[in-house]
Amino acid sequence: MNAALPHLPALQVVIPLLGAVLAAFLRRGAFAFAVALVVTWILPFVSAILLWQVLASGPISYAIGGWAPPWGIEYRVDVLNAFVLLLISGVGAVIMPFARRSIDFELPESKEAWFYCMYLLCLAGLLGVTVTGDAFNAFVFLEVSSLATYALIALGPDRRALVGAFQYLLLGTIGATLYVIGVGFLYLLTGSLNLVDIAARLADLPDGQWKTVMVSLAFVTVGVSLKLALFPLHAWLPNAYAYAPSWVTAFLAATATKVAIYLLVRFYFSVYGVAFDWRALPVGEAFIVLSVAAMFIASAIAVFEPDLKRMLAYSSLAQIGYITLGIGLANQAGLTGGLVHIVNHALMKGALFLALGAIFFRVGTVQLADLAGIGRKMPLTMVAFSIAAFGLVGTPGTSGFISKWYLAVAALDAGRWPLVFLILASSLITLIYIGRVLEVAWFRPPTPAIAHAADPPLSMLLPLLVLAAATIYFGFDTRLTAYVAGTAAQTLIWGLR
Amino acid sequence: MAALSTFVEHYNYVITVFLMVTGLYIVVARSNMVKKLVGLGIFQTSVYLLFLEPAKIVGGTAPILEPDFTMYSNPLPHVLILTAIVVGVATLALGLALVVRINEAYGTTEEDEIFGGGHDL
Repeated sequence: MNAALPHLPALQVVIPLLGAVLAAFLRRGAFAFAVALVVTWILPFVSAILLWQVLASGPISYAIGGWAPPWGIEYRVDVLNAFVLLLISGVGAVIMPFARRSIDFELPESKEAWFYCMYLLCLAGLLGVTVTGDAFNAFVFLEVSSLATYALIALGPDRRALVGAFQYLLLGTIGATLYVIGVGFLYLLTGSLNLVDIAARLADLPDGQWKTVMVSLAFVTVGVSLKLALFPLHAWLPNAYAYAPSWVTAFLAATATKVAIYLLVRFYFSVYGVAFDWRALPVGEAFIVLSVAAMFIASAIAVFEPDLKRMLAYSSLAQIGYITLGIGLANQAGLTGGLVHIVNHALMKGALFLALGAIFFRVGTVQLADLAGIGRKMPLTMVAFSIAAFGLVGTPGTSGFISKWYLAVAALDAGRWPLVFLILASSLITLIYIGRVLEVAWFRPPTPAIAHAADPPLSMLLPLLVLAAATIYFGFDTRLTAYVAGTAAQTLIWGLR
Repeated sequence: MAALSTFVEHYNYVITVFLMVTGLYIVVARSNMVKKLVGLGIFQTSVYLLFLEPAKIVGGTAPILEPDFTMYSNPLPHVLILTAIVVGVATLALGLALVVRINEAYGTTEEDEIFGGGHDL
């Protein structure tokens, strides 16, 4: 164990990567699931130790293959990415047991092993993007995770999943390519790909080359925004989420967009922010405007959406708006709120999509019209759903309240009090689409179509309840979320010029 | 005249940007999914050029320590693009596989027909 300690940053990526190969060779769904389960349950311990080390003794630098940075690829763990690593591996570990029954139900046996292989590749990619300190390495991992994601979405039971995956492939590839163009400009200017090194070299860049940095900033912003589905670059998300297998949707909603947001924060605050005041450009303003647009337009679409999975997909767009709003405000409270909401949204959306997965498992549909009275047939599932849904609205006592509180404080700190009303107003729209579902689920008599529905087996119910409980727990005890996010935000803000 | 000399000195970048925009236009404007993937390929390839052009020094050799050679081309961009090409090939392969599956499921690879033409999407 002690011998493994210095290599934890690399193990974070190597373990799922090896697991993916193993799962592909095993060929049997049950064996592949066992591999995926073991791998996913080891990873949170790795990232928890990393976070603990980083909080205790500062950033960890790991030279891949022994090549010293900036020449070799550096894995660099600080509070921010240790936090994101723990979130991804933690959520993955909690929802993993749900996959067995749900995937067994939705996918043919012959594809199950490949499914777990793809999932582990996706996980390796996501963790890789988060842990790496190298701009090009981040691109490679981004594409590893994205390619696996396209395949995962295409496995959906409906033929529309294929079209959704194809659209995502086009837009995702364009996003990644734009990101590479941005990185290319940085490389041409500084001759380095190591993020810390780029930042240091940008800081003493001669005047007259700033135009190139700004162009690079624009390319990276648009490229990564495509990946994180910032409104109006979100066109791929609703179809991809709606037609992917239920469990995949829960996993992606909780992790994939979050990693893209992390990458954006990393570039803004640790690379561009160190070199020049990117807030002097209208980047922050643009983010605030687009975030508010997402909060309202996506929520409004969600109100009229009959398919619950699509409804929650649009809701995700709105919630991503809250996170990018905090980044756009770029002050201590805003960044803390944004980072906390990354965690809180992951927990709540994970719970909501898992609940839909459980409903699909029992009833075979997630159309709102068919689910009258489902709360009486599947009480525990719908209780978990309701708790997470109230978290989404931002009800006090749930974790959603904490993030919105920080965002409101951030808006006041920045002297933008109209934003506080906009946050409140968009929460009310959230209440409308959530209320619509809760009304149908709890207050209508059950229809004959769902007469035989019952709560799902324990392996599916437990992850759901754990996530719902976490939504409440992090609404009261914010030591883990808000404290760590605050520390990360502080480090980032200090780094700004 | 100044504009012309700028153009001639940077003609390689002009070509790169032309390819970039061409590729992106094809992705957006074409309805056929295979053609979209062709456009995507052109777009990605233009980025390979963007990295490789500045790395090549006329008369430069591979970085081998040898007293006869003093001018080297930077090898790193070539290595990076080798990786990017692998990513591009994987993307293209996955995209084509999806198109095959879409063709089996819908009987067409035209996006217009899938979204508009009587198919119940």
